Amino acid sequence: MKKDTVDQILSNPKYQELVSKRSKFAWTLSIVILVVYYAFVLVIAFEPALLGAKIGDGVISVGIPVGMGIIVLSFILTGIYVKRANGEFEVLTQDIKNSLK
Amino acid sequence: MKKILFLSLALSLAVFGAEALSGEVQKQPLNISAIIMFLVFVAGTLGITYWAAKRTKTAKDFYTAGGGITGFQNGLAIAGDYMSAASFLGISALVYGAGFDGLIYSIGFLVGWPLILFLVSERLRNLGKYTFADVVAYRLQQIPIRTLAAAGSITTVIIYLIAQMVGAGKLIQLLFGLPYSWAVIIVGTLMVLYVTFGGMLATTWVQIIKAVLLLAGASFIALAVLMQFNFSFESLFASAVSVHPKHDAIMSPGGLVPDAFSAISLGLGLMLGTAGLPHILMRFFTVADAKEARKSVFVATGFIGYFYILTFIIGFGAIVMVLNNPHYLDVAKQAAEGGAPILGGNNMAAIHLSHAVGGNFFLGFISAVAFATILAVVSGLTLAGASAISHDLYANVFKRGKIDEANEMKISKIATIALGIIAIFLGIVFEKQNIAFMVGLAFAIAASANFPVLFLAMFWKKLTTRGAVIGGALGLVTAIVLVILSPIVWVDVFKNAEAIFPSKYPALISVTVAFVAIWFFSITDKSETAAKEIEAYDAQNIRSQTGIGAEGASSH
Repeated sequence: MKKDTVDQILSNPKYQELVSKRSKFAWTLSIVILVVYYAFVLVIAFEPALLGAKIGDGVISVGIPVGMGIIVLSFILTGIYVKRANGEFEVLTQDIKNSLK
Repeated sequence: MKKILFLSLALSLAVFGAEALSGEVQKQPLNISAIIMFLVFVAGTLGITYWAAKRTKTAKDFYTAGGGITGFQNGLAIAGDYMSAASFLGISALVYGAGFDGLIYSIGFLVGWPLILFLVSERLRNLGKYTFADVVAYRLQQIPIRTLAAAGSITTVIIYLIAQMVGAGKLIQLLFGLPYSWAVIIVGTLMVLYVTFGGMLATTWVQIIKAVLLLAGASFIALAVLMQFNFSFESLFASAVSVHPKHDAIMSPGGLVPDAFSAISLGLGLMLGTAGLPHILMRFFTVADAKEARKSVFVATGFIGYFYILTFIIGFGAIVMVLNNPHYLDVAKQAAEGGAPILGGNNMAAIHLSHAVGGNFFLGFISAVAFATILAVVSGLTLAGASAISHDLYANVFKRGKIDEANEMKISKIATIALGIIAIFLGIVFEKQNIAFMVGLAFAIAASANFPVLFLAMFWKKLTTRGAVIGGALGLVTAIVLVILSPIVWVDVFKNAEAIFPSKYPALISVTVAFVAIWFFSITDKSETAAKEIEAYDAQNIRSQTGIGAEGASSH
């Protein structure tokens, strides 16, 4: 890539918008999954009884829906990211590419 | 004592099913229906290889299937690459033995995927061509960087291959009643055939077919279990609690994660290790663009997550339907040790359950699927190893990039055959060895040597060649040394009384060492080349953000 093309893209407001929106979005979602996962791991390490507590009168413990919930959450978060990235961010990317023509 | 024993088995057993797969196993009588179904799978996949061979003409076809795999197909193939036979048998075995604890591992293995999507996949696709070293070497010096990346890749691949080969040998003795060495030779030969002739296209389809078969088989077992209980989880769990010797303890976390250090370190290793496995990273170059790359992670996360939920149900199903069932009781072992041991060990829980719900025919099907699963995983590994040798080491280091495609492809085929021979040889050599630590080691190396360098190459402007090489190498060495000094090698393999490094999970330390060393040796690098590398970041970042100038799909 030539130096002036680089400068042209760097100064393109759409490019700046893409980079800042996407990195904010990607890092927010990353932090969500990291916090959820490490909270789970640390509860297991320090307060396992919390997850072992029964829900109502049955045998099912809190840990089961929580664990399943983390699996489902992982899937949902990837869905949310893909939806926005393949929509809004792709449009911005296309605009940036078009501005070079 | 029992707790320590359990812990020392936990990683291997839970994740890689290494107890039955690495310990002594007894050869079973020939299982004809399983062998026939396996032969059907082999015939089908060899047919696909023949079809793929005709479409594999250029290096790009060979390494990336021409970049023409769709996001959905790639997602399934990633799932097929990631769900090993050992995780199917091992996680259901852990649930069978300890209940809830099995879920802890499943989750650790899954949460790496959202992170790969948010931070790695699209940048990787935009920057790379065939291997993840392409991305790291993008603005850094080719020769030292590719040598380092190839060292990390090849070590990961070979260690992972040994674990898979030994696992295959043990599993085939158990499931098919074939001798160990046959199994290793069959697996080695088939993977070489798929990869040499069919390249990435054949490997991808083997992984897709295997993923579909495994998901279908596991869904059937889980559905059959739930039907027994009228789809009431409450009554499934209630019966499991009443028959399991640990009773109510199977519904809450047990002693799987011993202390906070190990808990965090294990989590970090699983998460970052996934994002540093060369055969997984390579899959992102098989799709046309960043858009498809993202889709593939979404699809893969869905299928892998669904699979882990199934293994959880299967484990509980086995507690109810296999445990205490005289048909699966290992009478000889019970006489010697008491309890209610099942034939072939806990790793056979899912297999016995498949018999309990579907009879001999379905048992044969699941056994064949387990074998097919190993084939799909080793093929992906071999292709990644061969590309590191031919594309990174031979073409870019040894020949300094001055090589034509035909020659590079020839070298990659030779490398595939060489890896096949090495895998068969090591598979036989390691038959009687305790290989429980091997996949853990592969993940630790991937997390400590491959991931930090790849991540900082994409995200940190001030990374220089010196920082990457020193930091990456230190991460690699630290991971290997800490695993050797840990209980799983120092005590279990070398028979020392006490481990020098107390935890089995080195990632927290080795990953930190890698990141700190990369940072330190980069910021103190005042050379002229370092200045140029830093300056080249903006152009790299534009390509990684937008895909301008990225490798497209070839048109055929």
